[in-house]
Parts: sequence; C-alpha cells; structure tokens
Amino acid sequence: MATAAAFRLLRRALNPAVARRRFSTAAVAAETPPSPLPLATGEEEAGMVSMKGVRISGRPLYLDMQATTPVDPRVLDAMLPFYLSRFGNPHSRTHLYGWESESAVEAARASVAALVAADPKEIFFTSGATESNNISVKGLMRFHRARKRHVITTQTEHKCVLDSCRHLQQEGFEITYLPVRPDGLVDLGHLADAIRPDTGLVSVMAVNNEIGVVQPLEEIGRICSEKGVVFHTDAAQALGKIPIDVEKMGIGLMSLSGHKIYGPKGVGALYVRRRPRVRIEPQMNGGGQERGIRSGTVPTPLVVGMGAACEIAMKDMDYDGRRISTLQERLLNGIRDKLDGVVVNGSLEHRYPGNLNLSFAYVEGESLLMGLKEVAVSSGSACTSASLEPSYVLRALGVDEDMAHTSIRFGIGRFTTEAEVDKAIELTVRQVEKLREMSPLYEMVKEGIDIKSIQWAQH
Amino acid sequence: MLRAAGRRFLRLGSEHRAPTAAVAARAYHERVVDHYDNPRNVGSFDKNDPTVGTGLVGAPACGDVMKLQIKVDDATGKIVDACFKTFGCGSAIASSSVATEWVKGKHMEEVLSIKNTEIAKHLSLPPVKLHCSMLAEDAIKAAVKDYEAKKAKLEAGNAETTQTEKVDGA
Repeated sequence: MATAAAFRLLRRALNPAVARRRFSTAAVAAETPPSPLPLATGEEEAGMVSMKGVRISGRPLYLDMQATTPVDPRVLDAMLPFYLSRFGNPHSRTHLYGWESESAVEAARASVAALVAADPKEIFFTSGATESNNISVKGLMRFHRARKRHVITTQTEHKCVLDSCRHLQQEGFEITYLPVRPDGLVDLGHLADAIRPDTGLVSVMAVNNEIGVVQPLEEIGRICSEKGVVFHTDAAQALGKIPIDVEKMGIGLMSLSGHKIYGPKGVGALYVRRRPRVRIEPQMNGGGQERGIRSGTVPTPLVVGMGAACEIAMKDMDYDGRRISTLQERLLNGIRDKLDGVVVNGSLEHRYPGNLNLSFAYVEGESLLMGLKEVAVSSGSACTSASLEPSYVLRALGVDEDMAHTSIRFGIGRFTTEAEVDKAIELTVRQVEKLREMSPLYEMVKEGIDIKSIQWAQH
Repeated sequence: MLRAAGRRFLRLGSEHRAPTAAVAARAYHERVVDHYDNPRNVGSFDKNDPTVGTGLVGAPACGDVMKLQIKVDDATGKIVDACFKTFGCGSAIASSSVATEWVKGKHMEEVLSIKNTEIAKHLSLPPVKLHCSMLAEDAIKAAVKDYEAKKAKLEAGNAETTQTEKVDGA
C-alpha cells in the first residue's frame, strides 16, 4: 500500500505534464529565466544574460531609483509573517487572526504618520501614489463641485495628476497649468495671482520624479492657507528623503508611495487633514473600510512593509542623505572632469541629491541608453517614449529641443556603492565619447559652425 | 539531455503563459545592436573634394540628423566609398550604417532605388522606428543630388574657362 502510494507520488513528480499543472502561470513565468532568444551552442556561459537582442555579462548596475527601489531586507523580514502565519483579514472582527492583523495595520499607520508629523487618524492606505493622487484631485473637487470649480497645478506634475485634471476638465472644471522657471521651481508670485475665489485645490509635487527638483513647500502652504485653498502635494519621491512636516508646510492632502522608499510595490497612502477638516468623495466604493474613504481589504503584509520602510527611513534619513549627496557629487564631478557639454537639468541647489538628470550635448538619449546596457538608467528622450515627443517635464523647463533629446536620469539610493558610481562614470564617458565621434553635430561645432543657424530640411 | 529537457520545459512554460510576452515594448534586433556596437564606415570625407557628395538630412528638434557622404569615381559613375555620421537613436545609427554598406560599389542610379522598406526589413525595425529608415533613404538621395550639383557647377565653370580660352586664342 505504502509502496503503491510512493510509486504514484514518484510518477507524479517525474511526469512533466503533471508537474506543469501544479504551477500557476505567474509562477511559471517567474521561474523561467529571461531568455526568449535561442542560445547558440557554447553561449551558456555563467552569468551571461540575454534579453531583447542585448547580451550583457550579468545583471546591470541599478541606477534608476526614481523608477522603483529594491525592498530593504529589514522590510521583507517584517512582511513575511503576515503572508505565512498571521494572514488574517484586518477587518475580521471575530477572531484572533483578524485582531492581530488589524493591530499590525494600525501600528504601520502610526509609523507612516510619525514620518510626516501627522496623526494616525489622518493616514489612509491605498494601492499607491497614483490612486492617492486620483482621490485627492477628483475626490476633493467632486465633493465641492457646487462651489469650487478651479484647480491649479504645474506643468511638471506626474502624469496621474495631469490626467486626473484633464478628466476633471471634461466634467466642466477649469484647470490652470502653471509654468515653471528654467530651474524647475514654481514662481510663487504667479501661483498667488492664479488663485481665484472658486479655486478648490492647488497641487504641486514635493520632489519631481524626472529632474529631482524640490519645490518650496512651506511658502506654497502659507500662500494656500492665507487664501483658504487646500494644498495637495504628491510626495511619492519625497517621503523619507527630505523632512516633511504637514503642520509647518500647511499641507491638506498628500500622496505617498511604498515602493519609492525601499518598501513593497502595490501600496501607498493618502494623508487627509482633520483640522481644518478636508472633505473628499471616495473613489472606491464598497464595505466602507478606511473610514469610508477607501473601501477594499487593507493588504496587511504590504501595509506592514510600508510601515517598516517608514520607520527605517525615519532613522536613516540623515545618514542616507549625507551619503547620497557625496555619491552625487562623485558622479557629477567624475563625469564633468572627463566631458564637456554636460548640463544639469533643473536647479542644483533645490534638488534631492539622489536624482541627477544630465544632458549630454550632441548625443541622443536613446542611443546613449543602448550603449549603457550595463547600467540601468532612464532617459527623457523622445525615442524612449511611445510618441516622438521629448519629455514634457524637460520641455516645461524650456530646454532647447536638441538638448531635450539627450537627457539621462541617474538615480542614487541607499544601496548604491562608490564602485557602482565609478563604473557608471567610466561607462557613460566612454559611450558619450564614442557617440560624439559619430555625431555630425559635434563635428559641426568643432568646425565652428553654429548649429542654431542652420536651416534643417525636416520631413 | 538535461538542456533538451530544460528547453522542453521552457517551451511548454511559454505555451502556458498568456501572450503578454509577445507584446514587448521595444526589442532591438540583433543586427541593430551589431551596427551600434561595431559601426561600419563612421567618418568624414573632405566636403570640398569634387568627387564627394554630402547629404545632410533631419533636424535636431526631431532627434535625428544624418550626414551621409559618398565618394564617386568620375569616370565610371560608381560609388567607391561611403561614410556617415548620425545623431539619433540606435535604429537611426543602424539605418545609416546599413545605407553606407549598401551604396558601396554601386552605380549612382542604382542607389537611388534603395527603398526605406528594404532597410527596415533588413533591421526588423518596429513601426515606430520606420522614420529612421526613411531618413537614411533621404540621406542617400541627398548625397547623390549634392554630387551631381557639384559636377554640374564644375562643368559650367569649365565651359566658361574654355570659352574664354577660345576667345583669347582666336
């Protein structure tokens, strides 16, 4: 009997068809290593990675921290028990699983609130900063649709804020998209002038995801509270990196993201001020979770992860800040020492040091990225977006069109090392020099021709 | 044997997977990467050389500028050498590199018939990159036109000098 059962088990294990059926499609996709191109014989060297026509010796250096960050191992440690043993639904009121889950969620809520000097009752968990931005913009304005018809925002906001505003325009609201100065900062005079009696919301992001510029939040908050307008800020890139105090900065609504501060993806938070109370209309309807503001089961492991990430950020913010500043200087000076024609996009003083957005004159962004395949960075160039338009943020800065195609964004983070920065400098310099050799614009400039004076034959 | 079994498992796995993998955003064809890593014929000829035709097309505002130069043998009308310089994405660089390879050794009339669709097919360019191959085709035509304009100007100049010689000689 036992041998028959054992034999059956063995047959199941060895039979590939059955083994396949046991895994879900997601697990299968995760298990197979990324290699859609057929490997030629003798090419299975250790560490060689081949994907999308590009072959590199191992995984690239990660210098794209604005896109996302790795999860801090301490955060993962905090999350795991809530997947495996303490997996209850925090809204189950009748048993221990629910109670312990709820208490973990409340502890996380307190951690998030502490990082921004808020009360835990003012923090609501969402699926991410995009959802929080949507709730802030659309939820607030729809609640006040009778008396408030105007929203002010900037041209450099994140796409989700701009798209939510555009959606409101279709509903009949009016939106003012404020221009920014060439250094990326908002002009406070223009902002104050733009506020009308029927303005319901001013939305200005704290730290820009593309150029890293830090807006003057305290001044903006002061202007808004003087005029009685709610101030919303998208602080996804700012949380845990620059000090945020909702009282000092007069913030009424704030969007926060988990995966930008070494927490898990799929979770974020929304701060909603209670005194004076900011009223919003919920965008997710259902069982009334999160005080009716956002229905849906609160994902305990993700929320615990975000709370742990915030706690760690509170302790490590100063140390990380200093270390990242040093690395940024190293990167910028290392590149500037060897190359000319390097422009920093956005103000260098009012900037989060972990974001360095550079333009290399006479070199196109996508071709540079193609050569930097061993460094993971991103670009604001036309070719890398689906349309042929360069990044709207760079255009809002007034960057010349030929420079708008050449920008590269380096993102430095908690786990970036000096060796990675040095290697990135070496690779960047080498690629830029190679591409400048290939560039007709560089050749013309060297011959003394002014590129701007040429009449280009466009088609 | 293990690799074969592994491959079978991989292939079976990909059958199971929903066709999301096929809709990948941008996949560089190996040829594009090859032309980028090992560019052929990068360089410059002397613009003022009468046997050289220079085609400069595109605009920095669009993110694509190509300069393609051909060196022509006056006697036979064949293109003996070509070189290029490009400011543009990987596909633009590859398209102009391919263009210089294809024009070498051909007659000027022949190269005018090189179509952008052939370049695009050779490099497996996705639809969003077709304009790169168009620009390469334009560059070839511009280079040929420039050479012919130069030749015409030279011949007009020669005709004038021979006329004046005749007048002097007469």
